Amino acid sequence: MSHLLEVKDLEVKFALRLGELTAINGVNFTLDKGERLGIVGESGAGKSVTGFAIINLLSKPGYISAGNVLFEGREINRLPEEEMRKIRGNRISMIFQDPMMTLNPVLTISTQMVETVLAHQNVTKAEATDIALEKLKKVYIPSPGKRLQQYPHECSGGMRQRIVVAIALLTNPALIIADEPTTALDVTIQAEIMDLLQELCESDKMGLILITHDLGVVSQVTERIAVMYAGKIVEIGSTQAVIHDPAHPYTKGLIKALPGSLQPGSRLNQIPGMMPTLTDIPPGCAFHPRCNISGTVCRMEVPALLSKKDYQSMVACHMVK
Amino acid sequence: MKNANGLLTIKNLVKHFDISGGLLDQLSLEQKRIVRRRTTVKALNDVSLWINPRETLGVVGESGCGKSTLARTVLGLYPPNSGEIYYKDKRIDNLNPQRMLPYRKKMQMIFQDPYASLNPRMTVKKTLEEPITFHFRSITSRKIQDKIAEVMQQVGVEPSWATRYPHEFSGGQRQRISIARALMVDPEFIVADEPVSALDVSIQAQILNLLMDAQEKRGLTYMLITHDLSVVEHVSTRVAVMYLGVICELARTKELFKAPRHPYTQALLSAIPQLGRRKAKHIKLKGEVPTPIDLPSGCVFHGRCLYANERCAQEIPQLINRGSGSQVACHGVEEMRL
Repeated sequence: MSHLLEVKDLEVKFALRLGELTAINGVNFTLDKGERLGIVGESGAGKSVTGFAIINLLSKPGYISAGNVLFEGREINRLPEEEMRKIRGNRISMIFQDPMMTLNPVLTISTQMVETVLAHQNVTKAEATDIALEKLKKVYIPSPGKRLQQYPHECSGGMRQRIVVAIALLTNPALIIADEPTTALDVTIQAEIMDLLQELCESDKMGLILITHDLGVVSQVTERIAVMYAGKIVEIGSTQAVIHDPAHPYTKGLIKALPGSLQPGSRLNQIPGMMPTLTDIPPGCAFHPRCNISGTVCRMEVPALLSKKDYQSMVACHMVK
Repeated sequence: MKNANGLLTIKNLVKHFDISGGLLDQLSLEQKRIVRRRTTVKALNDVSLWINPRETLGVVGESGCGKSTLARTVLGLYPPNSGEIYYKDKRIDNLNPQRMLPYRKKMQMIFQDPYASLNPRMTVKKTLEEPITFHFRSITSRKIQDKIAEVMQQVGVEPSWATRYPHEFSGGQRQRISIARALMVDPEFIVADEPVSALDVSIQAQILNLLMDAQEKRGLTYMLITHDLSVVEHVSTRVAVMYLGVICELARTKELFKAPRHPYTQALLSAIPQLGRRKAKHIKLKGEVPTPIDLPSGCVFHGRCLYANERCAQEIPQLINRGSGSQVACHGVEEMRL
């Protein structure tokens, strides 16, 4: 049946003076109700742009140049802004990296939360405050009544990010897109926020797209993983398959480059070179100049994301059988 | 706690920052009387440790625990309030700038953000020249050029790029240039403050390899400040775990990761996301890190500790040797109840 979210051949371009840059080049994936998907990749891979494109929040000069985003069976990438606003922040919420940047420093938590509820629901201010209180309790904020009257600077980093999560929950969304939600936080707080997100997804049947560069975090929270490189998904599959039996040479390299998977003190496995900039993406497979198994065909043809015989996940690589 | 062979020894280091501002900021009205209060951030409270030559001491802890303050105080960038710092048996914390100069040459620093730590208006050549012309006044320009080429080669940046500016390089390459700058004066001791935190995983591996290679080739001693425990586990010989300006545990890396003793270390280690191990149980700590302005009495960790008793709330635990070079500051461990 229909998926909660379906991204079809999504292509995002940035129209710059020097020409058009393709930030995302044909991304396809689906997400079911209550499913948790991780999008991993290094900076510049297009993970965040994918997130922004889904909720149509790309700022100029970026725009969706091709493809569709279907949410609950409805195409949302061509909706007029007014219609889109009914979905964004309501049915689909977003959590960003830095809670200090996402909260308004001159408004109390209460004002910010009530404002969001009133924007999407036909309730009185008192009812909206009750909803805010309930959500703060849900994210385990101690003495939520007192917190409501405070300003963001009075809360610690972990508390702020929890408030951001509570704000995302205000309208009972069907999907949360979390873009590096714990990158700015310490490990102990990161673990708490991740537990919280997972718990909420399970209890409320919420879908989650977790965008992060941290394979460790993704592997603990999500059910499926999509690995992005230079604007494309190069591998997608169950978390188990991608982490324990990676197929794409880039995924393999990434996992091996992590300290902790090797004998301490030994040389880390490094992927030579770096991610190409969007202005000069190599022809053929974008990864071929850094790849240790590439052949002639890799330089000529762009590999398609396909199921392979030897692996469970879908892989975009000519060399993987 | 004195180690005769240590390259660097720190004894009872205390660093407080006065953030009370001007006189008017300090005044407040309390029970109809005007009182004057000073506010100090107690960043380091009685920190003692030593670093052996050619080892890597990892310093870990969460933000605000004082690890960066420790790094900067060790290098003399902040004057300590009290305590002593010895570099090979020579006390260096009370030297005047002139007499400190030869030690600055031996101790270099690598910073976290390669975008902020390189001067955008200086070419790579100029950036690398500066430390060497400063510390070796009589060196010929020919020798400087050779040195620049040699060091650039070593850190994996093409020497012909020396005329370029930092913005022409990627993050990983910039961090290589920062490392090159630190290596220019042939230091013995390098403090690296979060050297790979701003970099992507594949680049992070390249930089860590570079640091390990340089250590092997040049016999360097590192103090590696980081919040990334997997990096520390991979690179360090010994690890010091800091919490609110004190060291709560210091042990050889293997032992610390295999059998952490301090309750805070246990909680910290359990929070690392492990690749592929789903739903790892982590120890949930009560509450939040208290502010370093208003330190808790006794053990700074007691308010969040699962095993704290009355003694913990009153008496400050000392770092006690637990054999094989590991030290733990915990009453529970000392009383053998943990």
